[in-house]
Amino acid sequence: MESFVHLFLMIPLVGFIISLFIPGKRESVISNVAFTTVGATLLGGMIFISIWVLRLMPMLNVRDISLYTAPGYDFFLDFYFDKVSAVYLMVGAVLTFLVTIYSRYYLHRESGYKRFFNTVLFFYLGFNVTVLAGNFETLFIGWEILGLSSFLLIAFYRKRYLPVKNALKVFAIYRIGDVGILLAMWMSHHLWHENVTFMKLNNYELVHEVLQSHSAIGIFISVMIVIAAAAKSAQFPFSAWLPRAMEGPTPSSAIFYGSLSVHIGAFLLLRTFPFWEHQPVVHWFIVAIGVITAVLGSIIARVQPTVKSQIAYASMAQIGIIFIEIAAGWHTLALIHFAGNSFLRTYQLLTSPSVVTYLIREQFYDFTPRRKYHENAFMKRLKYAVYLLSIKEWHLDSVVFTFFFKPLKKMRTALSFLTVKNVLYFFVPICLIGFDLAYLNEVGGVLKQYLPVILAATALIMVIKAYNERSSSRLAWLCIVTAHFFIDLGIAFNHHFDGRETFVYLSGVVMSGIIGYISLYRVKAMEHHGIGLNEFHGLVSQYPRTAFIFLMSCLGLAGFPITTTFFGEDVILTHVHEDQFALAVLVALTFIINGIALIRIYARVFLGANSRTYHEQADLTS
Amino acid sequence: MESIKDLFDEHDVLHKLKHYLPAQASLKDFVHHNTLHAFQHLKFHEALHQASQIFGYKTYLSLAEFRALFQEGKIREDVLDNVIQEKKGESELSVWKERLLQHNYSATATSRVGRLRVFWKEKYKINLDKIVHPFLFKLLSAYLDQGISIWAFPVDNKDFLNSIREMEQNELISIFKTSRPRKLLMEGQCSLKSLLKILVGDEELFEQYLFDQQFSHPGWAGMVSVIEHQPETLLDRRTITLHDLIYLELLLEIDALDHKFGQEWEPIGSKVAAFPDPLFQVGAINELEEVLILWQEAFEWSYYDDVLKGVSPSPASENDQKKSFQALFCIDDREYSLRRYIESVDNQSDTFGTPGFFGVEFFFQPEHSKFYTKACPAPVTPKYLIREEARRNSRQKDPHYTKRSHLPFQGWLITQTLGFWSALKLFLNIFKPSISPATSYSFQHMDKHSRLSIENEGEQVDGMQVGFTVEEMAERVGNTLRSIGLVKDFAPLIYVVGHGASSVNNTHYAGYDCGACCGRPGAVNARVFSYMANLTAVREQLRKDGLDIPEDVVFVGAMHDTTRDEIEFYDEEVLTSSQEVSHQHNQVVFEKALALNAKERSRRFDTVNTQKQLAKLHKDVKRRSVSLFEPRPELNHATNSLCIVGRGSLTKNVFLDRRPFMNSYDYRIDPEGKYLLTILNAAAPVCGGINLEYYFSRVDNEKLGAGTKLPHNVIGLFAVANGVDGDLRPGLPSQMIEVHDPIRLMFVVEHYPDVVLKTIQANPATYEWFINEWVYLVVKDPETGQIYKFFNGEFKVYQTLRSTLQKVSDVNTYIENYLDNIPVLITD
Repeated sequence: MESFVHLFLMIPLVGFIISLFIPGKRESVISNVAFTTVGATLLGGMIFISIWVLRLMPMLNVRDISLYTAPGYDFFLDFYFDKVSAVYLMVGAVLTFLVTIYSRYYLHRESGYKRFFNTVLFFYLGFNVTVLAGNFETLFIGWEILGLSSFLLIAFYRKRYLPVKNALKVFAIYRIGDVGILLAMWMSHHLWHENVTFMKLNNYELVHEVLQSHSAIGIFISVMIVIAAAAKSAQFPFSAWLPRAMEGPTPSSAIFYGSLSVHIGAFLLLRTFPFWEHQPVVHWFIVAIGVITAVLGSIIARVQPTVKSQIAYASMAQIGIIFIEIAAGWHTLALIHFAGNSFLRTYQLLTSPSVVTYLIREQFYDFTPRRKYHENAFMKRLKYAVYLLSIKEWHLDSVVFTFFFKPLKKMRTALSFLTVKNVLYFFVPICLIGFDLAYLNEVGGVLKQYLPVILAATALIMVIKAYNERSSSRLAWLCIVTAHFFIDLGIAFNHHFDGRETFVYLSGVVMSGIIGYISLYRVKAMEHHGIGLNEFHGLVSQYPRTAFIFLMSCLGLAGFPITTTFFGEDVILTHVHEDQFALAVLVALTFIINGIALIRIYARVFLGANSRTYHEQADLTS
Repeated sequence: MESIKDLFDEHDVLHKLKHYLPAQASLKDFVHHNTLHAFQHLKFHEALHQASQIFGYKTYLSLAEFRALFQEGKIREDVLDNVIQEKKGESELSVWKERLLQHNYSATATSRVGRLRVFWKEKYKINLDKIVHPFLFKLLSAYLDQGISIWAFPVDNKDFLNSIREMEQNELISIFKTSRPRKLLMEGQCSLKSLLKILVGDEELFEQYLFDQQFSHPGWAGMVSVIEHQPETLLDRRTITLHDLIYLELLLEIDALDHKFGQEWEPIGSKVAAFPDPLFQVGAINELEEVLILWQEAFEWSYYDDVLKGVSPSPASENDQKKSFQALFCIDDREYSLRRYIESVDNQSDTFGTPGFFGVEFFFQPEHSKFYTKACPAPVTPKYLIREEARRNSRQKDPHYTKRSHLPFQGWLITQTLGFWSALKLFLNIFKPSISPATSYSFQHMDKHSRLSIENEGEQVDGMQVGFTVEEMAERVGNTLRSIGLVKDFAPLIYVVGHGASSVNNTHYAGYDCGACCGRPGAVNARVFSYMANLTAVREQLRKDGLDIPEDVVFVGAMHDTTRDEIEFYDEEVLTSSQEVSHQHNQVVFEKALALNAKERSRRFDTVNTQKQLAKLHKDVKRRSVSLFEPRPELNHATNSLCIVGRGSLTKNVFLDRRPFMNSYDYRIDPEGKYLLTILNAAAPVCGGINLEYYFSRVDNEKLGAGTKLPHNVIGLFAVANGVDGDLRPGLPSQMIEVHDPIRLMFVVEHYPDVVLKTIQANPATYEWFINEWVYLVVKDPETGQIYKFFNGEFKVYQTLRSTLQKVSDVNTYIENYLDNIPVLITD
């Protein structure tokens, strides 16, 4: 029975791959593939779950192939099926199925019809991988797919400024959530000395025993998980991305940001519940986040004058309550609540254009002029203040920016000394010398203690430079590639890190680095003008193929599960010791900012409005 | 000593701004109009040139699109040659033809507007729009919101700026980040000029700055300017002016700059080395534009030439047979095909076209409603009120739209109960769509069984007279009948058919209803007109005025739903039993014609198979109209391109697809052109406005249209925007215009050229449409059958280039496989 779980991954995977090869003009073939894929998964799910229920809902665990092994390290795929997976799988299948049929007509003749269904299937694949994952590593694969497909769906109207800007914003917040997962993975590896499966976490005695001696580590891992969950589920303080994600076609907003995507954070909490079940601090932390989000979310929802933002805030407030339910241990309730909220918000978003007819009619018949009542001056002032604050979304939009991105931006001028020449003539040789020292001629002593941190810090500076770069896209690219080398070097000094591991990590980096550089070089040569990062160039319509190749190489460099760098990143983290907190944070930050910087380069060069052609062009803020 | 005129006259500039901003009212009042109305005092091509230079609009199809049309044969070579020769001279033909067909032009979009404010980004490295717009839009939408938010704007009964001031008094939270703009706002002493002094410095640049600023969000600026002048466009009234918007925006800009630089920054004027070119002094038309103009006219005449060939033979002799019934329809292009089918199903029937308010103008108040709706063309302000009484069907509610689901505790309950119900509803909506409370359903506007207060009994309400007196009725009935030439040979039953449309999930629903009824279904007008025409007192009065309607003639009001192709008849109880029998018979004719019409429309519908059996197909079309997932419930006015003013015989044997507006008119009873003037006064702006809105939304769907409707978000129930913090999007969404060929409307009038010339010159506003070529005018001499084209103020003979048109006997089968526009055909 276990092996049937694979069906829910294979069908979407095959469907997604097939959908990539259908010509864009064949609308009905594309939608039929999507329809069949999701329909088959739904049908399979219904049959499977019925049988599973008849067998009294056993917990299933499927250990799959090891994708990468090294001494003391085994990266294996693992899938797990229980009540939580069952509910998420079914709600996901039902909603995606309905929305696929809906979009089949709704998107008729829309340019990007194929792209839409590709992305939806890709998202669906990521969703299924996530909800069926049996360990953190597998879950992280799904998690990354969700992040990327969300970016692509929000930036679906890629020639307009706002969708691209907001897609970047959402992606950046998702990446912050990813830090949580990365660090949780890092620490849990040290805690369990293996890539632990979720199945194992259900073993109360085992977890209890391990945590008893490592309670601080336990709390650290849990907090990281909660941060990741909060970012994905638009909980405080990450909330403001959700309404801004409503830039794509309404059906995609409906299922992803109205329902499936935002509830993944709740899923992560349900999935890891056995782990933090006996840590009261974590419960209170989750409840606090849930309460704050529920309160702020519903206050902000009250003042929203637009349909979609109102639904977004209302939905996130309900997810806040779901968080509380999960922390309280009412999991069945949380699952029912999840399903109900998903269906309701999807429906409300899909019918959102109808509110004009419905509410105008209601106003037409039921309108009552506002009552005048007297309040004392203080209450009035308080009311105005709360109203204004809610219109300003309680500054939630700027809070993450102020604490995370603003300090990064402040470093821009300080880093202006980094130029293409500097990087090439100074940092590359340093890197080479470093390799020589690390692998060939061992250095010892005090230096060795500090070198890893210094090198990781250099890597971080490189990616911050890339993130801040305004003029040369190739400089930014170069910085990111160099950063990977510094990371590798730092770890090589830190721990015994053999050539094979370096190869695994850097082969993907080198390959993507070269391909990406060539793509940028070619585009610049063809365009006869700079492709600086200070503005959007929107070149995707001129060079669709190059844009795709470049996106792939960005993903390769970002450690997306398409090159070996993906394992490399995970392996790197296992070589950071559990007491090297600073190093772990530096490495994780480098990975995260690296991803943001890469997608930024892609967006600036290939997306947005192109000002140089006589195409119809949207106004900046339309 | 001469007084020096101020360089910046606030009133003047505001006036100018309002003139150029989009003029679309709120969604519920959506009525088509010429998008570039601001340029209407210029000749068409010159206007387009200026608009594109100043505002960066794309005003024609692109060169590549024209060339593709030429390749496909949709632009005819003989017409192209003819156009070039006429405009450039015979000797230049080959030169220009090469330019049109081969020459490469590099074209980049430029605009005058925006050239000053760009310095914020270039010199100050600050993106003011990015900082200011989202918050400004949020304040505006919060203030203007008609009922989306649960917690309405807390200040009531104050204008926008004073409301903001009052809010600002809370002392706890400020809308500003810095102190200077707050002080400026609260002291309330300073003018736009003094704020501009801070921001811009140089007074000479003020006008340019304001244009740059407001045209960085034309949607919001336009909406504010519309609400300023027509506050009734919002049911829950708000007081806001463009001045207030600019004032607050300037303050927010100062705030953003102060926040970044402290109070010590130089105004933008100081960084401008060379002044940008003056906004409104544009250069001459360049060669590419000339090429596009030639293509445009060749495209237009490739179609018109066929049309004129079709209508030029002298009309078939009038059928003197006794009529089985007659029917009055709206001039709307969507009614033309239905009329065609009615006349072919029952060849003794006769149909007429007239603006769909049937000459009776009033406000309508549905029972239990708190407001009145206008039931006549938008520019008219009626003095009459018609009330609906004794309504039988009640309004249905849908708990899914309750705002309670957005509150935390009720939401908690609702998500876990109603939430599951909504999955089922979604399932049903996808697999078995049906009419729901969310549907904008045309027959719901007025209840079939209700009573209307049509006869005046001396009552006055809100300065309006309830109902009409006999004289007022007779005058209206008489005028309408005379204008369409229906003064004799009355059939025993005369149907008066208004029209409306049904759709769901459609924010632009008002644009689908009757434009002559101010974007509402026309049922009430049809019913009111019929009632009036049936009154004995009115008939007597009319008889005195020389219009004798026999006693056994009865008028029956009805409404056609153009999306569903359904019809509903009103007040059938007045029919005598013999009339009832023929009415039964006629209903069969209507049903058949409606089904055929549905079939003709379905050829463009992706979800309906045109070859299906008629009854099933009609069902599919009905289902489509209420499908949530259908962004094109119908194609509305797309492809409109003609307005024919003449007798029915003019187009009896021609098939014009669904492209003409048709106004019935008989020159014989109007030798002076009196009724013709009334017809053209209404038809030129209404039909021309529809046509031009489609034209501009089609050629530049991003700047002049609303873009694709799929990501639209409803703002405050009065407009749509992309996502949550975009600018409002006036104009038509791409789904409405994609099949439209952007060509100007051609009026074909059946009368003597000299009479028509005199007539159009009588009203300067109407004349402007023709003399400036925003619409074409062609006259067919009813005696000789000769065609005259109006150009530069005079009529010249026009010889059609096409020698014969294709003949098709069974059009309804012929069209089955046609996806594109169908060429002009001869039927019979």
